Amino acid sequence: MKMNSTTKTATHQLPQTLEPRNPGTELDLDWVARARANRSAIERRAASLPGRRSVKKDYQAAWLLKAISCIDLTTLSGDDTEGRVRRLCAKARQPVRADLLAALGVEGLTTGAVCVYHDMVPCAVDALQGSGIPVAAVSTGFPAGLSPFHLRVAEIEESVRAGASEIDIVISRRHVLTGNWQALYDEMRAFRAACGDAHVKAILATGELGTLQNVARASLICMMAGADFIKTSTGKESVNATLPVTLVMVRAIREFFDTTGYRVGYKPAGGISKAKDALTYLALMKDELGNRWVQPDLFRFGASSLLGDIERQLEHHVTGAYSAAWRHATS
Amino acid sequence: MTVKEILETMDYGPAPESAADALAWLDERDRRFGHFIDGTFTKPGAGFDSRNPATGATLATLTQATQADIDAAVAAARKAQAGWARLGGKGRARYLYALARLLQKHARLFAVLETLDNGKPIRESRDIDVPLAQRHFYYHAGMAQLMDQTLPGREALGVCGQIIPWNFPLLMLSWKIAPALAMGNTVVLKPAEYTSLTALLFADLCRQAGLPKGVVNIVTGDGDVGRMIVGADVDKIAFTGSTEVGRAIRETTAGSGKSLTLELGGKSPYIVFEDADLDSAVEGLVDAIWFNGGQVCCAGSRLLVQEGVAEDFYRRLRRRMDGLRVGDPLDKCIDVGAIVDPVQRDSIARMVEANTDGETYRSAATLPAEGCYYPPTLITGLSPASTLMQDEIFGPVLVGTTFRTPSEAVELANNTRYGLAASVWSENINVALDIAPKLVAGVVWVNGTNMFDAAAGFGGVRESGFGREGGWEGLAAYTRPSGKAKPLAKVDAFAGDKGPEDGIDRTAKLYIGGKQARPDGGYSRNIYGRNGSLVGQVPIANRKDIRNAVEAAQASKGWPAATAHLRAQVLYYLGENLSARAGEFAQRLDQLTGARAGAKEVDAAVDRLFTYAAWADKLDGDVRSVPLRGVALAMREPVGVIGALCPDEAPLLGLVSVMAPAIAMGNRVVLAASEPFPLAATDFYQVLDTSDMPAGVVNILTGNHAELAPTLASHMDVDAVWSFSSTDLSAAIERGAAGNLKRTWVNNGHARDWMGEDGEGQIFLDAATEVKTVWVPYGA
Repeated sequence: MKMNSTTKTATHQLPQTLEPRNPGTELDLDWVARARANRSAIERRAASLPGRRSVKKDYQAAWLLKAISCIDLTTLSGDDTEGRVRRLCAKARQPVRADLLAALGVEGLTTGAVCVYHDMVPCAVDALQGSGIPVAAVSTGFPAGLSPFHLRVAEIEESVRAGASEIDIVISRRHVLTGNWQALYDEMRAFRAACGDAHVKAILATGELGTLQNVARASLICMMAGADFIKTSTGKESVNATLPVTLVMVRAIREFFDTTGYRVGYKPAGGISKAKDALTYLALMKDELGNRWVQPDLFRFGASSLLGDIERQLEHHVTGAYSAAWRHATS
Repeated sequence: MTVKEILETMDYGPAPESAADALAWLDERDRRFGHFIDGTFTKPGAGFDSRNPATGATLATLTQATQADIDAAVAAARKAQAGWARLGGKGRARYLYALARLLQKHARLFAVLETLDNGKPIRESRDIDVPLAQRHFYYHAGMAQLMDQTLPGREALGVCGQIIPWNFPLLMLSWKIAPALAMGNTVVLKPAEYTSLTALLFADLCRQAGLPKGVVNIVTGDGDVGRMIVGADVDKIAFTGSTEVGRAIRETTAGSGKSLTLELGGKSPYIVFEDADLDSAVEGLVDAIWFNGGQVCCAGSRLLVQEGVAEDFYRRLRRRMDGLRVGDPLDKCIDVGAIVDPVQRDSIARMVEANTDGETYRSAATLPAEGCYYPPTLITGLSPASTLMQDEIFGPVLVGTTFRTPSEAVELANNTRYGLAASVWSENINVALDIAPKLVAGVVWVNGTNMFDAAAGFGGVRESGFGREGGWEGLAAYTRPSGKAKPLAKVDAFAGDKGPEDGIDRTAKLYIGGKQARPDGGYSRNIYGRNGSLVGQVPIANRKDIRNAVEAAQASKGWPAATAHLRAQVLYYLGENLSARAGEFAQRLDQLTGARAGAKEVDAAVDRLFTYAAWADKLDGDVRSVPLRGVALAMREPVGVIGALCPDEAPLLGLVSVMAPAIAMGNRVVLAASEPFPLAATDFYQVLDTSDMPAGVVNILTGNHAELAPTLASHMDVDAVWSFSSTDLSAAIERGAAGNLKRTWVNNGHARDWMGEDGEGQIFLDAATEVKTVWVPYGA
């Protein structure tokens, strides 16, 4: 694998301008059957990682800025309104106080994307006009994915028409739980086709898949069916992104790349709310997949409250004094 | 680099742990240390420098102990011991608890000092060494608390000399000191000369804990000091280090009566089956061979990969190696630190350079320009014949080859002089749990590696040494049966010149591989009764008869694999058949010994057979409470082939008392019958023949104990030698045993009452078994 550590990052460009899209492969059930995930060993690796990797001072500040550039700033609530979404978009455009950014010698930082429900897409697209920040829409009967199949496909198409350039679909967990790999593959293929030029992130809802082995299999199948990203969770399951699940998914991504030459992105979502966690995730991506995957076109955090903690850490880095939430603009 | 630039490179950057507090601790002591003897630090004397291998900087000057220092330390320990033992388990528990707490309170100081001194990454000293050391004191505080209830009839050995290596300085100190103190022993401990500082900090803790003077004594110095301790008036030597030095200690202490445990080298196999989680198995190797720079006795240093996945596995492994970060051990973002000393680094380099086999891959990781480092290295495509597959490198160098089938994996894994640890990776429970017990090793990890805990025994078989540290079995190394044994009384054969009193001539032979065999030498000896009349002749076995007997015993592979129920049945049947011939045996015994106790002895022998028949399926292993989702099984395994010199004074009961526990536990035996009264043993093989005993399980030789003992003791395919001969052969046996470091159980000139309680029980069962710890983490 080529570990390109000097890849230029262009946070304002859509991902497809940097990386050829994964066209997918035939469904290879032998490969799926070979997938192994030893839970105890994976948990041991995950448990020791935070103790093995540490970034300090300027490096930490830079890593935290990188984390911000990888955030899909998200609101997925029943009470979302245009006003709320516009506020979120404003925060996505300027995630960190200008004076702090200036002190760090960085300009033009934005989050990786804004992620909303379908009805909020037009408003978000409007609010982000000219920023280059893509709008991601959760789709396909998010979060359960149990609405009629044709409606799920239609929902994708509507969102793309409304201007979403990234679609976060949910897979049918029942296909995984019953071992119906063909159905899972076909479903993902259909979703990918419906996305057209929009990038598709496949949400596995790992907290509902039962085993890490299933996570590994579902990851492979979604990539075979042309997913641009694989994503852990909707944020609505009782267990969302975890380090062990992440290890399984990024190892699947690595294997897929080794076999096909296509880079698939990774998005942990839900439960990542501390700056320290973000650093651990970045380190995991860097160590397991290399620097190329520590860029917003291949890595996103699905998070709503993470940004706030990072802002406070950045102010601490600049001033030496611990910060307070009210000193940073809310979304 | 600016923040903006780092955003592009996404480098980790430096993340140094401060050494300030540890250096201040050294400065407060003027960076000069004496020994810790009788509760005080002695005045620093002539000695040597302790260096930081990462920088070469001198950390402190230590004192080389003299004979006078050792004498003083041993005297202090001796003086303190009785009082320490009298304090009782509960009294001692409080001190051990205090030491555990103090280790916890000063955890970071210990971790930083350890890393400065040894060169291991701060992550390891902080997250592994120091927490495990604390855990060992907590656990053994509990063992002290429970000793009176759980170990009735056992007492402290006395003064223990303990010599520890440089790879886990504080942790090995804990493994040695905690159980010794818990059981009421006092200690004189010598840390390795490269890494003495945390031991000296621990000495400071002993004072803070208010430990009575003399209970813990710490002396510093090199191997010469180690030799002085071995030669000192101590009751036990506990050594962790190289097999070479361990062997020398075995030879030196032979016949001294000093208890000995040795935890020595290893070349532990790391077996990867095709159905393993390969990425996890690769990650496991990071913990196996690049943990502490591979300077770990139980490092998974010998990689065995199933052929079909080998290239894929190597590819993944090489990539992982490139991601390892090698450098400043005090950096919190480092995987592999410094090698302990340039001497060790050069030794690693020499061994790797001498190798011309296979394909060598070195990690692409950048090494610091200064300091003592060696790159993580993988050498694949070796054969079992390659030197590097046999010899311990003790560095970050992994060597490997491939296998085809599970049985070939076992064969390759066991093709070694060592037997410390092993790892098995497979997602198939049938494969993993079949392989684990077949591996010749004291510790087996399933889908993992280098898992340790105070509740789980650790130690080796073969040339990896003997004795266990941790768990209940670890306490056996620091206790002995209470009470004083009587001195051994030599039992001589009767002389005579009369002919036989009656009967048809009977020819006693040797009993080898289930058949009667004439002695190789063709010589026999006359056996006379008390009245001087000829009772019969017995063959004089020589070294070739021993060779044949051991071969027959080794060939009897079905016995250890047989069910315990079957072994019990055979033992019961033996008892039944002996009982049926009780009168005849009683008469024979009376005729041989000239006493009238024959009937009683036969009855006791039948009883003993029944007792061990009963035990055969009841000496259970157990599951240990280790901090893991999974189980740590403490499995009782037979030792293997045991050679035993049977008691002279009880010709039948003695033989049965030695044979029965051994075979009940699945061992095979080569027995040298009572030397003066051997004919009961030769009669006994007829009982064996009629009791469904498989050929080779029991082999009986007659002859001169003193002549047979050295051959038996030095035989490389014998796993243990026991001696209850009335000739004290302890020294010869223990010296001979140094060759393959076989287990020995000798009488050290003490008698044993075979008719009484001492003639049977747990002590025999313990000697007949090894505890193998099998770690099985699980998780759906």
